[in-house]
Amino acid sequence: MAKHHVTTTVNGDPVEYLCESEQSLLDCLRDELDLIGAKEGCSSGDCGACSVLLDGRLVCSCLILGVEAEGKNVETIEGMAQGEELHPLQRKFLEHAALQCGICTPGVLVAAKALLAKNPDPTETQVRYWLAGNLCRCTGYDKIVRAVMDAAAEMRGA
Amino acid sequence: MRYEKPTTVEAASALLAGQGARVLAGGTDLLVQMKARVLSPDVVVDIKGIDATRKITKDASGYTIGAAVTGAELKEHPTLSKDWPGLVEAANLIGSTQVQGRASLGGNLCNGSPAADSVPGMIAAGAVATIAGPKGTRTLPVEDIMLAPRKLALTAGEFIVSFKIPARPAHGGDAYLRFIPRTEMDIAVVGCGVALALDASGTCTAARVSLGAVAARPLLVVDAGKALIGTKVDEAALAKMEAAARAACKPIDDKRGTVEFRIDVAGTLAKRTATIALERARKV
Ligand SMILES: Cc1cc2nc3c(=O)[nH]c(=O)nc-3n(C[C@H](O)[C@H](O)[C@H](O)COP(=O)(O)OP(=O)(O)OC[C@H]3O[C@@H](n4cnc5c(N)ncnc54)[C@H](O)[C@@H]3O)c2cc1C
Ligand code: FES
Ligand code: FES
Repeated sequence: MAKHHVTTTVNGDPVEYLCESEQSLLDCLRDELDLIGAKEGCSSGDCGACSVLLDGRLVCSCLILGVEAEGKNVETIEGMAQGEELHPLQRKFLEHAALQCGICTPGVLVAAKALLAKNPDPTETQVRYWLAGNLCRCTGYDKIVRAVMDAAAEMRGA
Repeated sequence: MRYEKPTTVEAASALLAGQGARVLAGGTDLLVQMKARVLSPDVVVDIKGIDATRKITKDASGYTIGAAVTGAELKEHPTLSKDWPGLVEAANLIGSTQVQGRASLGGNLCNGSPAADSVPGMIAAGAVATIAGPKGTRTLPVEDIMLAPRKLALTAGEFIVSFKIPARPAHGGDAYLRFIPRTEMDIAVVGCGVALALDASGTCTAARVSLGAVAARPLLVVDAGKALIGTKVDEAALAKMEAAARAACKPIDDKRGTVEFRIDVAGTLAKRTATIALERARKV
């Protein structure tokens, strides 16, 4: 079977890659496009380390086929900082020490950004439920939640 | 493996009639099973290129919900959550935010798990599936689609295009609850969907009670519904319904719960779910 030629947009840039039918979007990002920010934790939809936005929708890239990205808009952690300038969420994660090993962090940040785009003023409970699909073995979540709440407040100009 | 993305139901049925073909909707079950090598399809037929599987339409007779519409999209619909809150809540219990971005009603049903959360919600609401196949289109109530774990009443080449959800009755309400040992991200030990309708005096005129994870397939418990019809849904009627719900259970023992526990929870959950559906019906 010939490989699929996929044309898509990643972080605003038009890109093309070749992939096998069974290759996941996560594998395509990491192996074909060298975008290794999204991580593979479980490959079964449980951990959220592979979180990306597909046409603005938060999804696990491990459970999407690479071919499905054809004509779509993919956003990854690599598109979050503007050059050298960190996104407020990234800055607050550093300030609050909301990461230790950092494996979960790209997924958590992409998920948190999606939340704040939808709901700029979430309650702590809303943050916790929204991020329930992002597992972290290190931080115990409290610092992550605090960083997200603080970034939300800053972004609201509060 | 071959990947195909047809844009018509006819083309999809033709592909699905072939050897080793499998529907792909959100992929949140299919891809997990492919990676675990539980399934190794020769052809994956992505139905999301077919317009009818991806949209929600509303008319006087109710809603038509595409089989591949995601849980997140159900929740964002401007009126669906007002008319059928229980169904939307059931679908939104599936997995995480990420899973919600992909998981569909069609996939939840056709994965063939007795514990699928949206299925009792759909059964209670009276959802009917529109099925396309090589011989044309037919309809089947959702409670008649799953026969046993991983076994469906669909024949070769058939797939679900959409679900018809009736218009909500004037004084109608629905609800879905599941019992899990955690607060998020778990599989139902018992799930229960209830939809009921009242007349202007508050007497119940219709009621459908559905249970998940207590038998080899999600159940429509007709006797539980009957226990409410013609009553004011008072304590006595609810107690009768609770008993009917327990009587319908044929669960298994597993790590999530014993037979006795599941039967007991099913009754209690049915009562709680019916109480929420009743409150909602009284409010509209
Ligand atoms: C982390 C995680 C958590 C989960 N939590 C829950 C949960 O709490 N509750 C729950 O119920 N489920 C849960 N699931 C399972 C899964 O997300 C749901 O069953 C989901 O609704 C499947 O929908 P899908 O569109 O992704 O289906 P797919 O994976 O695309 O398809 C599932 C199966 O159905 C078939 N199929 C799909 N659509 C059709 C159609 N229209 N016609 C015929 N056949 C079709 C496919 O061939 C496949 O065999 C979870 C999954 C993950 C990964
Ligand atoms: S790697 Fe995708 S959810 Fe874990
Ligand atoms: S920081 Fe290590 S898993 Fe989250």
